[in-house]
Amino acid sequence: MKIVVASGKGGTGKTMVAVNLAWALSQSQEIHLIDCDAEEPNVHLFYPGGKDEGPVTVKVPEVDSEKCTLCGACGEFCRYGAISVLTESVMFQAHLCHSCGGCMLSCPVDAITEVPRRIGMITRSEPSPTLTVISGILDEGEIAAPAVIKAAKEAGEWDGVSVLDGPPGTACPVIETMEGADVCILVTESTPSGLADLRRAAHLAEALGIPSGVVINRSDKEDGPTLAFCEEEGLPVLLTIPFDREIAAIQNRGAILCSEKEEWKEAFAQLYEDTIAITGDIS
Amino acid sequence: MKVCITSKGDSPESVPENRFGRTPFFVVYDDETGNVIEAINNSSANDASGVGPKVVQMLVSKGVNVVITGQVGGNANKGLEVAGIPTYAFGEAKTVADAYAAYKAGTLTRIV
Repeated sequence: MKIVVASGKGGTGKTMVAVNLAWALSQSQEIHLIDCDAEEPNVHLFYPGGKDEGPVTVKVPEVDSEKCTLCGACGEFCRYGAISVLTESVMFQAHLCHSCGGCMLSCPVDAITEVPRRIGMITRSEPSPTLTVISGILDEGEIAAPAVIKAAKEAGEWDGVSVLDGPPGTACPVIETMEGADVCILVTESTPSGLADLRRAAHLAEALGIPSGVVINRSDKEDGPTLAFCEEEGLPVLLTIPFDREIAAIQNRGAILCSEKEEWKEAFAQLYEDTIAITGDIS
Repeated sequence: MKVCITSKGDSPESVPENRFGRTPFFVVYDDETGNVIEAINNSSANDASGVGPKVVQMLVSKGVNVVITGQVGGNANKGLEVAGIPTYAFGEAKTVADAYAAYKAGTLTRIV
């Protein structure tokens, strides 16, 4: 069972919901919590001390200058301008490369091989016997977040329940996170931008065929437009978390709401039950 | 020696183009005779990305030795540097012909 926590808009409380959901579940069963927000991973703030599980790499070309005839075929093939055949040498600019392998295929004399280049890393920690935390971390300035997210998902792959803390947005990194998920929890806040981006995220989940429900965070009890949207789209509202100083204070000191407040432990356990219910899975 | 100038049009009377990779044309002079030998239609001008290095490869394949343009981006800059193509800014020149004349007079600033 893979549960993705997404939102569209950034800063709505995805990590807060994912961390609390995983913590609440880990009180009664074994759980994997996977941080798929590779560009701004923050789960480690709640669970520091993750051990380096090794680099995430992509393949890039290496040119054998002995074999290369400077014919130009690789540079003409590369639509990203990453490899260019110049007067006396072939120039490769790693930050432009999309690792498609086309330059290697287009070389008539097999002068190009692929070598790994680091773009990020995976960390793993076991803060309790029932909780495994895996983080995908993209190196600053790199573009290939989906490759790191994929590696994090693979590192956390198992038969049990996984909670995936997703990235904001509705493009490649979120799509990679949602790929293969059983259900999506969309965290929103009742602001115009929260609703506009919820709409986009809900449509993405629908396009990928993943059932989803909504958590309204920092609610000021005036959630009319959000509730109307959920009604219209047939999205169940799974949980509403109030705009509350005490909750904010617990969150701000890096603590886990559920571990301090029994009623929230119960609320997040119920969130799991209600989330499972929308997948149609009765187990 | 071939000297090429980024240009909005295909003749010496055209206005020089400030952008390097996305220039519509390259007007190429033969430095020995001072004649225009070619106006290259830039097929990469509207590509999504990586235009600079692609254009440098194209100019290298055409045997261009000197570039005159407005500005050069980071990726193209590296390409021109590795290819060993000296690059100059056309500055105040109002036409391609003016830019070429200024280059011959030695008044242009070298940027790569």
